[in-house]
Amino acid sequence: MTSLLQQPEVWLVAVPVLAACVSFAMNGRARLAVVIPVIVFVSMAMALTTWKLSDSGAYIHQIGGWIAPLGISWRIDGLAVVMLLLTTLVGAGVSVYSLAYFGDSREERHRERYFWPLWFFLWGSLNAIFLSNDIFNWYVSLELSGLAAVALITLSNKPEALTGGMRYLILALSASLFYLLGVSLLYGQYGTLDLDGLANVIERQHLTMTAMAVMTIGMAIKAALFPVHFWLPPAHANAPSPVSAVLSALVVKGGFYIQLRLMTELWPIDMTVALSNGLGLLGGAAIIWGSYHAIRQSHLKPLIAYSTVAQLGYLFLMFPLMTIGWWADNDWSSRAWAGGIYQALSHGLAKASLFLSAGVLIHARGSDNLEGLRGLGERLPMTATAMALAGISLMGIPPGAGFIAKWLMLTVAMSSGQWLWAGIMIVGGLMAVGYLFRIFRRLMTTSDEGDYHRPSRIMEYAALYLAILSIAFGLSSLPVFELLKHGATSLLGTYLGVTP
Amino acid sequence: MNITHLYGLAGVLLLAIGMYGVLIQPHLLKKLLSLNIASGGVFLLMVALAFRGESPDPVPHALVLTGIVISVSATAYAVALAARIYRATGRASLDQTGGDRS
Repeated sequence: MTSLLQQPEVWLVAVPVLAACVSFAMNGRARLAVVIPVIVFVSMAMALTTWKLSDSGAYIHQIGGWIAPLGISWRIDGLAVVMLLLTTLVGAGVSVYSLAYFGDSREERHRERYFWPLWFFLWGSLNAIFLSNDIFNWYVSLELSGLAAVALITLSNKPEALTGGMRYLILALSASLFYLLGVSLLYGQYGTLDLDGLANVIERQHLTMTAMAVMTIGMAIKAALFPVHFWLPPAHANAPSPVSAVLSALVVKGGFYIQLRLMTELWPIDMTVALSNGLGLLGGAAIIWGSYHAIRQSHLKPLIAYSTVAQLGYLFLMFPLMTIGWWADNDWSSRAWAGGIYQALSHGLAKASLFLSAGVLIHARGSDNLEGLRGLGERLPMTATAMALAGISLMGIPPGAGFIAKWLMLTVAMSSGQWLWAGIMIVGGLMAVGYLFRIFRRLMTTSDEGDYHRPSRIMEYAALYLAILSIAFGLSSLPVFELLKHGATSLLGTYLGVTP
Repeated sequence: MNITHLYGLAGVLLLAIGMYGVLIQPHLLKKLLSLNIASGGVFLLMVALAFRGESPDPVPHALVLTGIVISVSATAYAVALAARIYRATGRASLDQTGGDRS
């Protein structure tokens, strides 16, 4: 127990991986005895890690006591802890939801038996991505999370899910290869894999540029950046609903997180600035393209999946907004940075809630055709509330968490005179209203047509819990910004108006 | 041009051939084989980079071993998935109209 208190970060990976093995061995029996302790232990470890960070500042954990060039290091700083916090909050909600999601038929029980080990495995590897401070360890964690994610998608067993999963698998493996090529070039040149060690010795030369190019391609595919987003809608829309929630809320953020770390901590500054504008343009295109396709969908889950493509675009808008103010005496850079991370947090909570609610509605009607949603708002007021709250956050209306994120980025775009980015964000917000109201309009009309099957209350509570969180983080955002301050790069200039 | 460069160039060439195959070949098994050729290219590059000066650097060898383990398990899973797709749809390719349909 002393080690849990002294090094709580270890348990964030150890507990889910151990639980994956145990639940596989248990073969579907006594799932409550595994799931509840996992949620409790991971939440405790998360709380202790957060407390340790705010108490003593950012720190490095050397796995097994081996020092950096030889061993693998983890870094626990503000950015890592905020992403881990998102994973813990979404992970707990999805786990509780999944306890009630699977039915009693033979086929459903067979699915559930494989769901739990794969999901715990995915949870552990996501935590490993967010903790890691080593470019090769990122490759390993990415492959683990990718394989677990594909296996989870194909659990739904529909032909579209199988082909969607296969398309995702091939793209994810290709993306990892590009990333690995960059890793081997960097190691060949500089002889270290540790992020801090590399940052000290990296130079501006052709080889670094090649590594940057291939690693960016890899992470853009993983994070479903336009125009390599096309694998996302079929994969996310055809997966079982709890899996869709995890994929959209967390798995795509893994690629984005690595890209953000590399941009702010590794690549030479002038190269990063040049790359930022390109990524910003693709992000802007993703917002317009994803929103347009979301408006045109006739089914609920593809609509939410295209909305993910659009919302991920905002994450990449943070790069040009961030680099314009580097070293400057104002807080533009830190506002854009904190806004981008807040977008990852708010989108994760809101999108997980939307997909979980979609699962409830599909249970109720047996189909996710938008027309079939009529009348469900009256029958399932709790789920309708959850979708409305999550929608407020996604549209960027106060007091949602999405408002804080988009407000921070929008004010930077306006005060630095980057009207293109400001315009895209405003149009994207209006289009989000457009596609989300296609859901709400039908939910709020009265009609008694169609089959109705009462879904489990537990599923409704889990979706509502995440929706309330997406509003709570909008009402109280200062604690997150305080956390983000720990270990933030000095490139950001003054932090949100405060000199560090 | 020394022997390391030759290995490195061969690795990059294999990667390019493999990626071309992934994009062009419609048959799933051919896509997976191409993916393996591409990863073979990256592994060859890593092994070649390990040879610098007198004694080879053991770290890239360890990395390549890890990479091979991941590649083997990913391929095994992908082949099983391809067989499932064949049983479910009667085709061993990805549905060309099912992807980006809006």
